[in-house]
Amino acid sequence: MQNTTISPIQSRRINFRWRVVDIVVASVLGVAASLIFFAWNQLYTPVTAPFEALLPGSQALFYGVWLFAGVLGGLIIRKPGAALYTEVVAATVSALLGAQWGGFLTIEAGLVQGLGAELVFLAFLYSSWRIGVVVLAGAGAGAAMAVNDLLLFFPGADTAFQAIYAVSAIVSGAVIAGLGSWFLAGALRKTGVLTRFASGRGAPTGA
Amino acid sequence: MRASPPTPHDGDAPSVPGARHGGAPGVPGGVPGGSAVQARGWGWRHATRSSWAVEGLDLCIEPGERVLLLGASGAGKSTLMHALAGVLGGDEEGESAGELSVDGAAPESARGRVGLVLQDPDSQVVLARVGDDVAFGCENLGVPRDEIWTRVADALDAVGLDLPLRHPTSELSGGQKQRLALAGVLAMRPGLLLLDEPTANLDPGGVVEVRDAVERVLERTGATLVVVEHRVEVWWKLVDRVVVLAPGGGVLADGTPDEVLAREGAALAASGVWVPGHTPEPPVRRRHGAIEHVRTDGLAVARREGAVLHSGIDLRVRSGRCLAITGPNGAGKSTTGLTIAGLIRPAAGEVVAAGLAGALGTAPASWKSRELVSRIGTVFQDPEHQFVAATVREELAVGARAIGLDEAETAARIGGLLDRLRLRHLANANPFTLSGGEKRRLSVATVLVTRPALLVLDEPTFGQDARTWRELVAFLAELLDSGSSIVMVTHDADLVAALADEEFRMGPPA
Amino acid sequence: MSVLTPEAGPQAIYRVNPVAKLGATAIISIALVLSIDWVSASVALACEAVLFLFAGLSPRRFLLRTLPVSAAALFGALTIVLYGRPSGTTYFEFLLINVSDGSIELAIATFLRVLAIGLPAVVLFVTVDPTDLADGLAQVLRLPSRFVLGALGGMRLIGLFIEDWKSLELARRARGIADRGRLRRFAGQAFALLVLSIRRGSKLATAMEARGFGAPGPRSWARQSRFGGREAVLLLIGAAVAALAVTASVATGNWNFIVGG
Repeated sequence: MQNTTISPIQSRRINFRWRVVDIVVASVLGVAASLIFFAWNQLYTPVTAPFEALLPGSQALFYGVWLFAGVLGGLIIRKPGAALYTEVVAATVSALLGAQWGGFLTIEAGLVQGLGAELVFLAFLYSSWRIGVVVLAGAGAGAAMAVNDLLLFFPGADTAFQAIYAVSAIVSGAVIAGLGSWFLAGALRKTGVLTRFASGRGAPTGA
Repeated sequence: MRASPPTPHDGDAPSVPGARHGGAPGVPGGVPGGSAVQARGWGWRHATRSSWAVEGLDLCIEPGERVLLLGASGAGKSTLMHALAGVLGGDEEGESAGELSVDGAAPESARGRVGLVLQDPDSQVVLARVGDDVAFGCENLGVPRDEIWTRVADALDAVGLDLPLRHPTSELSGGQKQRLALAGVLAMRPGLLLLDEPTANLDPGGVVEVRDAVERVLERTGATLVVVEHRVEVWWKLVDRVVVLAPGGGVLADGTPDEVLAREGAALAASGVWVPGHTPEPPVRRRHGAIEHVRTDGLAVARREGAVLHSGIDLRVRSGRCLAITGPNGAGKSTTGLTIAGLIRPAAGEVVAAGLAGALGTAPASWKSRELVSRIGTVFQDPEHQFVAATVREELAVGARAIGLDEAETAARIGGLLDRLRLRHLANANPFTLSGGEKRRLSVATVLVTRPALLVLDEPTFGQDARTWRELVAFLAELLDSGSSIVMVTHDADLVAALADEEFRMGPPA
Repeated sequence: MSVLTPEAGPQAIYRVNPVAKLGATAIISIALVLSIDWVSASVALACEAVLFLFAGLSPRRFLLRTLPVSAAALFGALTIVLYGRPSGTTYFEFLLINVSDGSIELAIATFLRVLAIGLPAVVLFVTVDPTDLADGLAQVLRLPSRFVLGALGGMRLIGLFIEDWKSLELARRARGIADRGRLRRFAGQAFALLVLSIRRGSKLATAMEARGFGAPGPRSWARQSRFGGREAVLLLIGAAVAALAVTASVATGNWNFIVGG
């Protein structure tokens, strides 16, 4: 690690206050994610339709795309509330761009989904950022999404549908949002663009 | 590291009434005058590096002085500027040594006393409307609403930006955006003005605009100025002191512009500073002209459907010769270059690449991209737009793979280019982590892997220091001598003088 | 770009505080979401249809902007028709598909409901200026200004994305890789865009800090976000639509509470 000369006391104390760069980059991540959401909103129906036809509820296997903003935000920024914030920003901008479910419900969905990831990071006291934790956070977001969607949009569906939907959502969250964010953050770190964040250091750079 | 905001009578600092608002109440447009800067053995090390960016710096700047800060790349100029503005980041981003103060207080607590203008015009625009953006700084300092708008009007007037307050910031040119950033900083009534390469990304018109605006501002406010810039000619007459930083620490030279020029002129020119009086010599070349690579007949170019920027373009590009396309911003130079390169479809007329086509049709826009890449190579204005791989070596391999070269040939070509463009030590680095000059060399290298006969370059010397400039010009001259042709879109008059055999001057958009 | 720039116009709706718009859509959404029946949804939709005439959008713009909502409503309804809870006469059955009276009724209700919730949201949000929204959130709702403005700053960079994207596309053609693998190219371009935006975001953060952003001490506001009569009227309209819809539904006995329904 390059920062070995920083005094041990300082490196142990984790600073939980958000810096301006934390806020702005979390917002940028949220906005970038909202564009992906927007693109996915236009494209997802033909992709999920065959799944929906064969096994109703399994279309949720692709819904993890809407969850990665929170997990990625939490992983990169590493401050309390980062996952929630990034997912809410992504949802809000996506609502402004004209998302299907109407402004308020899109934002509400973002809130719930972000909370799902946030609670997992909180459970690990914002100190552990290993791959297992990240995948779990993705799964948490997926579970939150399942509860939200089934309650608000599919209350009339039968139990089989709801069960399949829930499981698919959790798996999707774990894989697409969890693993996906893990690898994405790794790739970003290698480009050297995250050097102002704890998540961006660790890759040795030249003197 | 963050001290509390200064109270009006803070220690030994000159008592400045209303220090938080940076203005003397009761005095119309009253400004307390310049700030003093003091550095004693100051140093900074970024958390990501093991060596110190700046070490043991002793510097003293009097209120109202105008200082030009020079030094080779890596000498820590930007680091010092960021530190003076108080935006270097706290303990989690690095380690500091020694003492640095503005008006006797730490820079972090002097927010509002120091104004920083950075290099990239787009990254400094905070809000969507001109008036709001200028008011941003005042809002942060807690200035009362009525006074904010007075200051906004004054600031816009000082920089000469005569636009309505509701004008969208996205519709401003580069020079206008930089002046907007300057206005935003001015509205805070700072005593210290820091400019970190403010004109590097601007066209010549923009450069002059910004320089004049700064001159006006300094006359009005008497603030202290510290400016970092490669192209020093712009600021030479304006500053009264030049400080040269040595890489890794300390001051190399310090004195009036003429003194420093006399003593260190040659060394500075060698390290990449554009020293006045050290104009680069054009390379010696043989001029061919035998084969016609591309010609355009009555070409009309457009970026978007229906918005024709220029029409009736008739050009000839021959082997071993260089065509320069020049003109003001918005004239359609880049668009023309990219149309010739086969990346944008012509709005009307034709691009005929008979000399390059071989068995294909003569219009480059109709070629598949892997057919295009072995005939015409395009280097974009921003090298980062072209990066597609995770390491420099892979980046070079992309083009080779696209045209189906075998492993041995690919490795040979890559090796040759790495050596020729001095990128071998970076072969495994991620392209995004390279410095500006290295990125530019890499983007040229990636284009040459496929050995195209025609090269189209969009602003190749943008923001480059003198050393990279010389290398690039020598390299391009070599390419021309070996039979390639070049089409260059550029603002750079020196480059045109050095390399261009023909020049196509585009007027302002119709 | 048309999707991102808010509409502007002389009608009163454009000058209403965005927080009020947010509140109005919230009220309607909550009320309608609580039940899945066709009466509440259609009553709300009818009221909204009347109000849209005052919305300040030309018919063409209206259709364009509400297309995603309509499409989503259709697909949502289709899902329910095929997989909704069966009741009454069954018309068609295959594997897990079960089209019945109950599912058809639920589908119609879902269709109307999505429209009733989505359309006013789109119409209102299309007229919202992000800076005004940020002012409203920070001054009226008193959300922390650092976050609201930081988000706004980040949001502004969105305009640059489009320019960058076009350059990235052209660059891929110039590099010789634009012929095959559209999906991979899309992913690569998206990644490059992300890198460029994070870098720009970091620079923007420095620029904002250099202008005193995030420093301790109170902040003043250059633009005042007013919440007055007009805003109250909008909220009342929203409440009225919601109340009417709920009442009609309960009165006709169609109220179908989602939880435990």
